[in-house]
Amino acid sequence: MELISPTDFAKGKIESLQEYSALAGNSIVSLFGRPRYFADMIQQADLIGFGSLPIVVLTGFFTGAVLTLNSANSLERFGSLSLLGQLVSVGMVRELGPVLTGLMVAGRNSSGMASELGSMIVTEQIDAMRALGTDPMKKLVAPRVASTVIMLFFLTIISDLLGLVGGSAVASLLLGLDYRQYWSSAWQILKFQDVFMGLLKPLVFGFIISTIGCYYGLSAKGGTQGVGRATTQAVVASSVIILLVDFFITKFLMAMFGYS
Amino acid sequence: MSTPTSTISPRIPIGVEPATPIIIFQEVSISFDQKPVLREISFQLERGETKAIFGVAGAGKSTILKLALGLMKPDSGRILVLGEDVTAMKEEDLFELRRKVGMVFQESALFDSLNVRDNVAFRLIEEGQTPPEEIEQRVREALSFVELQNTVDLFPSELSGGMRRRVAIARAIITHPEVILYDSPTGGLDPVTSTTIIELIVKQRDVYGTSSLLVTHRLQDAFMMASHYFDKESGHMWPIKDDPKRKIPMKFLILRDGKIIFDGDVQELEKCKDEYIEEYIS
Ligand SMILES: Nc1ncnc2c1ncn2[C@@H]1O[C@H](COP(=O)(O)OP(=O)(O)OP(=O)(O)O)[C@@H](O)[C@H]1O
Ligand SMILES: [Mg+2]
Repeated sequence: MELISPTDFAKGKIESLQEYSALAGNSIVSLFGRPRYFADMIQQADLIGFGSLPIVVLTGFFTGAVLTLNSANSLERFGSLSLLGQLVSVGMVRELGPVLTGLMVAGRNSSGMASELGSMIVTEQIDAMRALGTDPMKKLVAPRVASTVIMLFFLTIISDLLGLVGGSAVASLLLGLDYRQYWSSAWQILKFQDVFMGLLKPLVFGFIISTIGCYYGLSAKGGTQGVGRATTQAVVASSVIILLVDFFITKFLMAMFGYS
Repeated sequence: MSTPTSTISPRIPIGVEPATPIIIFQEVSISFDQKPVLREISFQLERGETKAIFGVAGAGKSTILKLALGLMKPDSGRILVLGEDVTAMKEEDLFELRRKVGMVFQESALFDSLNVRDNVAFRLIEEGQTPPEEIEQRVREALSFVELQNTVDLFPSELSGGMRRRVAIARAIITHPEVILYDSPTGGLDPVTSTTIIELIVKQRDVYGTSSLLVTHRLQDAFMMASHYFDKESGHMWPIKDDPKRKIPMKFLILRDGKIIFDGDVQELEKCKDEYIEEYIS
């Protein structure tokens, strides 16, 4: 293995961070510039949205179900099983829905974008596109960013709902609780702040997933092996960053809304 | 865009000032990972001329073409294409200029998510000013130019290497750009397909008066281009000896160790006494 001096290493990291910021900023600018690529956006939205639907439905449902099982057990010890609906609903909407959907879509689409764009880089298709007078930022990156942000928003809502359905199924079928009480407490507890937090997160996560996927794809080097590396790095980086950013968004919004 | 020298003015209509070079390299240097690949090279491509670029593998031939399109930036020096300084232009401004230049990549670089029709029509679709029927017609025209009319609905993965190369040529010529950059269009092909491709390039040169830079490993290809002309009536190329008055705008450029060691026409090349070049030619 080649040894790299710490300063070179730091320089490299800072350079990548700069390049990533440039790409992220550029992708937003491109969204508002011309030409717009609606057809490409629809195609991506289909790929990301409908393609991810099955896994999001399954994750949402079973997360809600297992959350209910665990919470019921804990609540029973305190003798407050009636709070079950509230616990599941707040947990799903504020935290688990957005984060788990984000992680699933990161695993599926961040990698997909990195490998697709990476293959295009190493086979010079990106250069060919630039040579033909088309801006890959507008044609490839911007539609992916826009459709990931939009689709992740809706996927998260679906995941939240299915989480509640999963919870209600476990509550009434396995635990023998009244499902009407479960649903009414689940609805009533939700405040504007919870919903706001739960719907802001997928917008941010969608942006992270798509820009990271595109960034690693477009900076792939060294043939097919490089594409493989870019794909793995994209999944790891986007998942870790989602979890980090999630903490800071939660902390920030809680401070802003004055949660105790 | 300000023009740096008085002799070069942008956007001259074709034929008005034939003396203006299409591409000018001025003391261009580039290195990758501290390894110099091109060292202060200067050359020009005149209007209507085809310039063949030779050099061993890794000599920097593809790099020259990418520099000319502004796909890479040199470390120093200036490159003027159609009168505009690509080394000083921002990426957004380059897209406009690149529409006037065709490029055939070494590995074809077709978009593998698109079929042959959409690959060839890519530029017209992106420009968005041509009605669909006309696009269809021009795609067929470009494909019949490369004799691949029957492949419109195939995907690049279903084509052979030589077919892909010809589709790439069709994609580059569909808008009839003033300049075409060919990167090893005959590399790794059999002699028959190579000759077909050479004939295409000669046709493009003699029928449309396209200026081009042509990278090749095969000297015999360039010699064939220098000794043949395309006859529109018969639809074939013929050796020049049938018509000795005809002058063929064909130049040669040889790269070695990052420098240009030869830049001239066939006669000069044949007279050249440099050992390396003599070895190269033989
Ligand atoms: N993007 C790049 N990153 C690093 N090095 C590069 C890059 N592009 C080219 N090089 C290096 O520059 C040199 C010239 O490359 P280039 O592709 O221009 O060669 P070439 O003359 O076209 O060769 P060939 O005849 O094999 O196509 C090579 O040594 C190559 O390793
Ligand atoms: Mg090359």
